[in-house]
Amino acid sequence: MSYIALSDKDKREMLARIGVEAPGDLFRCIPEGVRLKRLLDLPPAMAEPELDRHMTAIAAKNTYGEYESFLGAGVYDHYIPSVVDNLSSRTEFVTPYTPYQPEVAQGTLQVIFEYQTLICQLTGMDVSNASLYDGAMASAEAVLMAHRLTGRKRILVARSLHPQYRETIRTYTQNVGLVIEEVGYGDCGGLKSAELRKKMGPDVAGLLVQSPNFFGVVEDLKACAEIVHAHKGLCVAVAAEALSLGVLEAPAKQGADIVCGEAQSFGLPPAFGGPYLGFMACAKEFLRQLPGRIAGMTKDVDGKRGFVLTLSTREQHIRREKATSNICTNQAWCALRATMFLETLGHDGLREMALQNMHKARYAAGVLAKVPGVKLRFSGAFFNEFVLDLPKPAAAVAAALKAKGILGGLPLGPFEPGLPNALLTAVTETATKASIDRLAAALEEVLR
Amino acid sequence: MIREPLIFEISDKGKRAFAMPPLDVPKAAGFLDGLDVRDEIAGFPQVSEVEVVRHFTRLSHQNYCVDDGFYPLGSCTMKYNPKINEKIAALPGFAKVHPYAPVDTVQGCLEVIKRTEDYLCEIAGLDAFTLQPSAGAQGELTGIMLVRAALEKRGNPRKYVLIPDSAHGTNPSSAHLSGYTVQEIKSNADGMIDVEDLAKRMNEDVAALMVTNPNTLGVFESDICRVAEIVHAKGGFLYMDGANMNALTGIVRPGDMGVDVIHINLHKTFSTPHGGGGPGSGPVGVVKELIPFLPTPVVVKTATGYALDGNRPDSIGRVKGFYGNFLVVVKALTYILALGAEGVREIAEIAVLNANYIRKSLEGIYHLQYDASSLHEVVFDDKIQKDAYGVTNLDIAKRLIDYGFHPPTMSFPLIVHGALMIEPTETESKRDLDAFIETMKTIAEEARTDPAMLKAAPHQSYVRRLDETAAARNPVVKWETPKSV
Repeated sequence: MSYIALSDKDKREMLARIGVEAPGDLFRCIPEGVRLKRLLDLPPAMAEPELDRHMTAIAAKNTYGEYESFLGAGVYDHYIPSVVDNLSSRTEFVTPYTPYQPEVAQGTLQVIFEYQTLICQLTGMDVSNASLYDGAMASAEAVLMAHRLTGRKRILVARSLHPQYRETIRTYTQNVGLVIEEVGYGDCGGLKSAELRKKMGPDVAGLLVQSPNFFGVVEDLKACAEIVHAHKGLCVAVAAEALSLGVLEAPAKQGADIVCGEAQSFGLPPAFGGPYLGFMACAKEFLRQLPGRIAGMTKDVDGKRGFVLTLSTREQHIRREKATSNICTNQAWCALRATMFLETLGHDGLREMALQNMHKARYAAGVLAKVPGVKLRFSGAFFNEFVLDLPKPAAAVAAALKAKGILGGLPLGPFEPGLPNALLTAVTETATKASIDRLAAALEEVLR
Repeated sequence: MIREPLIFEISDKGKRAFAMPPLDVPKAAGFLDGLDVRDEIAGFPQVSEVEVVRHFTRLSHQNYCVDDGFYPLGSCTMKYNPKINEKIAALPGFAKVHPYAPVDTVQGCLEVIKRTEDYLCEIAGLDAFTLQPSAGAQGELTGIMLVRAALEKRGNPRKYVLIPDSAHGTNPSSAHLSGYTVQEIKSNADGMIDVEDLAKRMNEDVAALMVTNPNTLGVFESDICRVAEIVHAKGGFLYMDGANMNALTGIVRPGDMGVDVIHINLHKTFSTPHGGGGPGSGPVGVVKELIPFLPTPVVVKTATGYALDGNRPDSIGRVKGFYGNFLVVVKALTYILALGAEGVREIAEIAVLNANYIRKSLEGIYHLQYDASSLHEVVFDDKIQKDAYGVTNLDIAKRLIDYGFHPPTMSFPLIVHGALMIEPTETESKRDLDAFIETMKTIAEEARTDPAMLKAAPHQSYVRRLDETAAARNPVVKWETPKSV
């Protein structure tokens, strides 16, 4: 299969106009010695029907779909309205480039503007960028931003921040001289404020705290912000489950200075890890230190409203090594899906979905904690996932549940060596009472 | 033509496009006690389903896309995106898989990753690839971090990264984020790296040279093998920005030219759609010495199938969550399998043929600052039109919109003033190329006869020239509900 649109006659005519004999002659600028004298060792070309069969067969090797899944841990299964798949697959949204020519990209630009508005409404912040790669990378960019804003080199990070986010932060900061320190969690599952008080100081740029955190527990952002602000540091609130913003108070109102995180919950399927959607919003006075693209409203020569990419003087094509970050391509199409998802759910739909997550997770936590030997590991309030404390190693229990067709959660031992018996279980609105009851019954059998 | 209002302007209390089914578990009591909760999300939209559908359908009409027509945005490689790729990436067997699922339940996903890595190794002539970086810029950052980790392991991370002035703008900022100071290398009269200058500048404080090849002028760095020797002789690494691989696939392999580390943009060379600015994917390929430092986890083949190896003590760590923009990788693999070995070589042959056809057809009508032979893109500039009639590349670009074409790239290369960087890609037909060429000739004629009209272009779009200065001076970046409401 090839996607070339030239006939042999076209090629002959074009070569004749250029004045060469064969396409190969156009590569004379490449030294003869290194030019490939053979075909690449790749499989033979496939026509569409066999390609379709071949790739569908590979997809079928994934048996994940045969299980009832309660996996979460930063990636959540939420219902995606048909409108989102249908509209987002319109080719006018799928196949354009970055809107560098605003006159022919008002569709993309207005969608980004609406996306920025929705993120501001959810977080309570003044300004939002047009998206970042994912929650992990957004957290790393937030650390760099806190450093730029304060000039301070120590950053505190909650131990209950998603482990992958902590790993990414370490990678991003290892070569620019920042010092990352962790703040532990207590029996409620939330950040230990006494430890934060002790570690916070005038040399600390800020704190990154995730709420609901990696264990599903809702953090006391207000208390964190107070402690951090006492030393003129920045409070960065991270949301790995953005749906929680449908019910929980806007982080800005709780004292957060920067809010970032993962918006996969808004219309993006789990997709084995990506593409996802990193979001970031902040107070107005930090706008010029916000990384990534931003769309702004303006007028054209006739006075008509329009949208453009703006504040590009922060970006690498102007500032090169002094730019606020190195990113250019972001996740525009994912932000488009999130915009469609949020506008379709609307005010009431989003709140209903978020509340159902809370009710179902509470029902599940109730029936699971009644299984003999099982209790909730943490006492703090949670959104839609929680940690079960099991009477034996969670990995073995998870394997036994899997044999019964259920993926009951993520064993936390590999992430927290102190929690070998902990299972992180997520219950979204897609779980039914019947499936939750099946999980409880299976857990009881496995532990009997 | 009427612009579509913002969704917030058509929102009205109580309207809805979505409802949840009734809760099928008993309601929890007092579950919000002690939590800081909100009663409402101020300003959040409330619209019906048909309004959402019409809103986005109308907005879609205000976008120009590859399926509309010629999109010669240089360096961005706006080739046709096959429809089968979208169908495959949407299969529930790929799209619905949770990344924390047990590895024996995701063997298909791991096979996609491993096979794509293997094919990219063959195409680039390198020893290993990581698919974790989400875009070219993250690939650059990853690549330079790998260099740094390897040099640290040898005992000294070094201080500088050399970057030609014709490089992509992200190169310097990626090097900077990796803790290096950037030194710029000037291009010579042919638009290539000045090898004598490089030899003088290369020393044991330099960690790497970052070269874009073909460079942003569309010119192949003919001395690349000599460049590699110079860099290697002082113990440095040769990084290649592979954003322009479209010109080289199946013709020459970067690894065979002495390149140690490269990033490739799957969304460019391997035709995964750009989506209005992402998601992309920027896999990084390396020589053997750099393998221990690759981001974790790494997909490995074992006796029983595929597995994830996270135990790599020298790894730079993770640059994003999970395993990269997986569905983008699915599309790229589908594309590679559709083309096969001959098709992959044909990409480069036809992309270069199309670019040279445009070059030859417009030579003399538009000015070429560099005479060196072009590969997949050609950089004209506005000198002829500007000197004689005051018509700039911006005017020419905006006039192209009136004729139904997307304008070429104008913002770089930085070393060409008034650039018109045209990249047709291999998927364009001769009919469309001819139409573009004729239009460019017409515009050159209009520059002579009616420059004022060009300066007011575009005349046919939903909005006309937008005030970008005002947008930056007084940024309005979200909708505010009018105070009177």
